[in-house]
Amino acid sequence: MEHPVSGENPQGEGDRLHNGHSSPRSADRRSLLQWCAWLILALGSAAASVPILGFLMGPLLQTRRDRWVDFGRVDKFPENATRLVDLLNPLRGPTDGMTGKMAVYVRRIEGETFQILSSHCTHLGCPVSWFQESGLFMCPCHGGVYSEDGERASGPPPRGLYAFEYRVRKGRLNVRLGHLPTLQNPGSSAHV
Amino acid sequence: MKHALQRIWQWFEHRLEIGKTVWPLMRHPVPRELRQRMGWLYVFGSTAMTLFALQIVTGICLGMVYVPSAGEAYQSLQHLNYEVEFGWLLRAVHNWSANGMVVLVVIHMAQVFLMGAYKYPRELTWMLGVVLLLLTLGMAFTGQVLRWDANSYWGVGVGAAMAGRVPVIGPDLVQLMLGGEVPGGGTLSRFFALHVFVIPGLLFATLGIHLYLVVRKGISEPPDVDQPVDPETYVETYERKLASGDPFFPEAFRRDAVFIGLTLLVIIGLSVILGPTGPGVPPDPTLIDVEPLPDWYFLPLFAVLALSPPALETVIILVAPVIVLLILFLLPIVDSKGQRSARRRPLAVLIVVSLFVAYGVLWHLGVEEPWSPHMTAWSGEPVPARMIADLPPRGLQGAAVLQAKTCRNCHALDGKGGQRGPDLTHVATRLTHDELVRQVIQGGGNMPAYGKELSRAEVEVLVAFLETLKPAGNAAARTSVVTDQPQ
Repeated sequence: MEHPVSGENPQGEGDRLHNGHSSPRSADRRSLLQWCAWLILALGSAAASVPILGFLMGPLLQTRRDRWVDFGRVDKFPENATRLVDLLNPLRGPTDGMTGKMAVYVRRIEGETFQILSSHCTHLGCPVSWFQESGLFMCPCHGGVYSEDGERASGPPPRGLYAFEYRVRKGRLNVRLGHLPTLQNPGSSAHV
Repeated sequence: MKHALQRIWQWFEHRLEIGKTVWPLMRHPVPRELRQRMGWLYVFGSTAMTLFALQIVTGICLGMVYVPSAGEAYQSLQHLNYEVEFGWLLRAVHNWSANGMVVLVVIHMAQVFLMGAYKYPRELTWMLGVVLLLLTLGMAFTGQVLRWDANSYWGVGVGAAMAGRVPVIGPDLVQLMLGGEVPGGGTLSRFFALHVFVIPGLLFATLGIHLYLVVRKGISEPPDVDQPVDPETYVETYERKLASGDPFFPEAFRRDAVFIGLTLLVIIGLSVILGPTGPGVPPDPTLIDVEPLPDWYFLPLFAVLALSPPALETVIILVAPVIVLLILFLLPIVDSKGQRSARRRPLAVLIVVSLFVAYGVLWHLGVEEPWSPHMTAWSGEPVPARMIADLPPRGLQGAAVLQAKTCRNCHALDGKGGQRGPDLTHVATRLTHDELVRQVIQGGGNMPAYGKELSRAEVEVLVAFLETLKPAGNAAARTSVVTDQPQ
């Protein structure tokens, strides 16, 4: 980018008088120096902004994947029943306190067939309550209702409850979870 | 003594030169018409600004005790409420003054809109006012998060769920908003930074330019039906008015002083009588029997989200706010001249009235939440005794099924119970036996299908009970078509 010739403004005029001589060479030199000054300022600013932007974008640069959590022995869960399980979130931070806990619904259908359902409504994330009596999950915020298998039964939710991937190892139930499920980043299990 | 004080003052004044800078600013002329009763409409902006100052001061005080850590914030609030001297009162003042600030900013905006004060040459003042409204709401939301109870924990979750709907970058936005994968320590501290550093800084800067413009372009004179704004002549006419105007301080400021004083009294009074808000239920994600609600100013938005058709919802969440903001921003550009008086701008009056009515109605709905199941109605609201007084065993069993299967969470009897579904008090006058059976088994409308949850016998006794629900002497519902089913 070309810098305007400094001789055209009164300031430059003064400089020239002060220097006592003016030649195209010194004008070039001044414009080069000016250009260098901007460049150094730009470099310094860029250097300062890298750590700041990097810090602000930190959560995107350092995403942590869901982890497997041991839910205990399979026979702890009665067949054909849904239980709310409290656990410590594997992705909790050192300052999370009680917010480092989480609760998920474990539905043991039969044998080693489970459904691990998120307690977050898919509409706007409010906590759904399980009613064994009617076999329904109900959300207190906007009236979303899900059936026993997590499918949407009525109300505004755009899909069924988020589900988590599970496996049974040596008679123990393991579930892969951690992040807060949202519409485009659902639970670790693709299907409800 | 007096002489000595005068000399000290002169020593400072010689260096500060307030008499040449600040004093003329304080004495800037305002139109003489403000002396009339109309002048009382000019007090809302300065009062909102005073409450902002009060927010800063009380906020700094609270910041000396509040701990912005997810693990300790709740306890530090309890500590403020119960142990720190004047802690509860300061929290209360911070809360009620915040409410007052939101109210006054909106009233100020409505007044400016109705008086056409956004027109030439004050368009930019209005636009910055819109920014100030946004920043005020931003303070309100982030402040609510700092309360760090169940409401704010799940409120952050709702915010994340909304951000998660943005196409393509949704998950990244959630991650940035939460400062991690889940709401927790990182979330609270970044909302703290927003509430305490970022948004107040922006508010100060914007307010500075807003005030600069208010002084440079002058306070708008009360609208005159016969003097529509003409950019060609407006400034000249206005300057002429100022020539015979009153100085802002102390003449015009008197009304501000009275209103500011009264507002402060009301806010302190409310704080003393009603005390601080929350913290409510602890922010423990395993306590899921909570009904998260936003603070009142966001309730209408919450109601809109319950009432909008699911297919349009993402559009309403993501696009509608942009459109509303664009309208607010472009208003003074599109409508920069002409009539200012509300007497000749029926559309403007209609817009303001309908917005306030719509807000009020949505707010009322947000409080009532007719769309939400009443989670404890099934166990807490028994079937009224008169409905089961003379029932045969089958009917009694049916009433028991109605309670046990949580039907009451959505259906009221005698007005008690959920409002999500229709009140069943007189259902037998509306639905026939067959229709009742079909509705229970297949669901429909907003009702889930209960076919899988109820045995055939349970459906039969339930419907037998429902068929008795009609006023004495009323006939049951009947179809005109004769079927081969026994009625």
